[in-house]
Amino acid sequence: MSARAAREADLPVEAVAGWGRHPVGRGRVDRSERPALPEGAEPVVVRGLGRAYGDAAMPSTPGGLVVESTRADRILAFDGATGQLHCEAGLSLAEILRVFLPRGWFPPITPGTKFVTVGACVACDVHGKNHHRDGSFGNFVDRITLITAAGVRVECGPDLERELFLATVGGMGLTGLIAEVTLKLRRVESPWIVLETVGVDGLDAMLAGLQRSAADWPYTVGWIDCLARGRDVGRGILMRGRHATPMEAANRDLPRGLPLHVPVDAPEWLLNPLFMRWFNYLYYRFHGGALKRRVVSYDRFFYPLDAIGQWNRLYGRHGFLQYQCVLPRAAGTAPLAGLLDRLGAAGAASFLAVIKDCGPASDAYLSFPMEGTTLALDMAYRGAATEALIHELNAVVIAHGGRVYLAKDAVTRPEDFARMMPRLAEWQAVRDRWDPGHRFRSAQSVRLLGDRG
Amino acid sequence: MKVAFVGATRGMGRALARQLAERGDALFLLGRDPTELALSARDLEARGTRAPVGLAALDLAEPAGFAAALDAADRGLGGLDALVVTGGAFGRQDELAADAARLAALLDVNFTGTVLLCQQAAARLAARGGGLVCAFGSVAGDRARRSNYLYGASKAGLGIFLDGLDLAYRDRGVRVLCVKPGFVRTAMTAGLPVPPFAGEPEAVAAAVVRAIDQGRHQVYAPGIWRWIMLVIRALPRAVLRRVQF
Repeated sequence: MSARAAREADLPVEAVAGWGRHPVGRGRVDRSERPALPEGAEPVVVRGLGRAYGDAAMPSTPGGLVVESTRADRILAFDGATGQLHCEAGLSLAEILRVFLPRGWFPPITPGTKFVTVGACVACDVHGKNHHRDGSFGNFVDRITLITAAGVRVECGPDLERELFLATVGGMGLTGLIAEVTLKLRRVESPWIVLETVGVDGLDAMLAGLQRSAADWPYTVGWIDCLARGRDVGRGILMRGRHATPMEAANRDLPRGLPLHVPVDAPEWLLNPLFMRWFNYLYYRFHGGALKRRVVSYDRFFYPLDAIGQWNRLYGRHGFLQYQCVLPRAAGTAPLAGLLDRLGAAGAASFLAVIKDCGPASDAYLSFPMEGTTLALDMAYRGAATEALIHELNAVVIAHGGRVYLAKDAVTRPEDFARMMPRLAEWQAVRDRWDPGHRFRSAQSVRLLGDRG
Repeated sequence: MKVAFVGATRGMGRALARQLAERGDALFLLGRDPTELALSARDLEARGTRAPVGLAALDLAEPAGFAAALDAADRGLGGLDALVVTGGAFGRQDELAADAARLAALLDVNFTGTVLLCQQAAARLAARGGGLVCAFGSVAGDRARRSNYLYGASKAGLGIFLDGLDLAYRDRGVRVLCVKPGFVRTAMTAGLPVPPFAGEPEAVAAAVVRAIDQGRHQVYAPGIWRWIMLVIRALPRAVLRRVQF
């Protein structure tokens, strides 16, 4: 047995869960600076910073091997003329911002947290507030270096091993270990964001507002009070932003930010329906109303929740699920209103829901976003009732040609997933070619794709 | 500073090299694995260090190669003025106790090799008017524990050496800094039970940079370990015998 194999056999078993802290599994986590496949054929799940909410980065079997990439975080090259960055896949967006924002470069696409690795951004083909304009993360990737199931390093990109590239972008780490990524950063004039907020009183107004803002604003998003019922469904705040010019940013110092941290699990009763209803109402009252314009830090605009360490503990020890779906534009407003109404009736959703219009879908086989509207919200995990509600929501989504986001998912059924993903068979063919034994396997792929657990 | 660095590819060394690079210090990497050295050199260059980052072979277990490695760093940096050694060997007590060859290798690297390298570098720096020698001891070298005294002994010896080197060379312009990390989450400590007050490599690196700037001869990192070790050093032997510590 090699030293590496001995070390992997020796790794202690620890609890491994997604950001939602449900479900919780157990695995042996290898946090090497040079992630590699162990000898033999043991299944592997690759994990980054653990921000996928559900079971995407959990091992396929209890005690299974988890290769965590976070210590593989070296920058291998940066071209200051074009913004092209070549890095190891464990580099986080937070680190990219820390190193490159002072030089005027910003991630081309960012999800709602900066504590994600570049590898995970590829594997989940993440999207952000600029999806209507720029699409998803894969659009900005020039090269991926994969370590395949055979233990070989293979490069792929839009113009090289294109099928492998399209299967890897959004492929949830199931085509191989993403070792290196080359991507394009975006030039920005300042770390500040010009933000406009305006209250909207219903779903139609929200969707119209998003659409109207799309042409002039690179970043748009809506916050919805998803506990509002009846006439008020879709009530919320429309937010739109763009990078400020140096003139607009004039002499501001980036705020240091208080290091807030949730030290322990919150009690289960904290996020009760009454509290949440009032929280949402007050949020709407405070930010809603007439149009306001101000300049805010990029952290405040893109990553409000990152300011609170371990905020996922607010949902208590049973954890929570995040539900995110997208519905095609052709489906119209009705099914969205239906989803929100159903959630409101169940009193299940808690914090604000996020609504966002998406631009055209990517060519990547399993990429989540499609032209239409996406809705994301948290719900405390309350066992079978919560799961039943999600299956109910999924039925509506399927009936209208939509899908759910695997980076958030923990409960969708395999047959439902297959109906959401018209290109699943194409993706599976590519995966089978590169990993016939499905060595790269997760709790999620066992649940959704029938991989051996 | 113009720093010859042993151990910059991994763990606390990687974090420290990055912080030095980001504030504009020039770096030259010494180590065993040329591929790893080259990758870390690229990382440091992208993070803003001055000039290209050079590299040369050095194995702490092979003192015969030290002079050539220091020569290479000297040439590459145009006259080095600092040596930082974060590299070292680690082994669990049970593994070291059961394997004499492994124990000998650890003592060679952590004590003999590191001492010879620092001694040689201090002499060179003194000859040209001064500089900095910084090496990593450990809180494990402050008081013996039954669960970690073999590794601890190698670091205790190194600690005494660095302390003396500072006394001997400070009036010749050479400052010596002994860093004593507590438990830090790195690949080296992977799989060990994580005690309270465990630190992150970035926090250790920041503490080391501050200590370098302040000209200190010793720093505990994270800083709380200074007080923890004050208590542990004061524990009566009878207590140590009784508790499984």
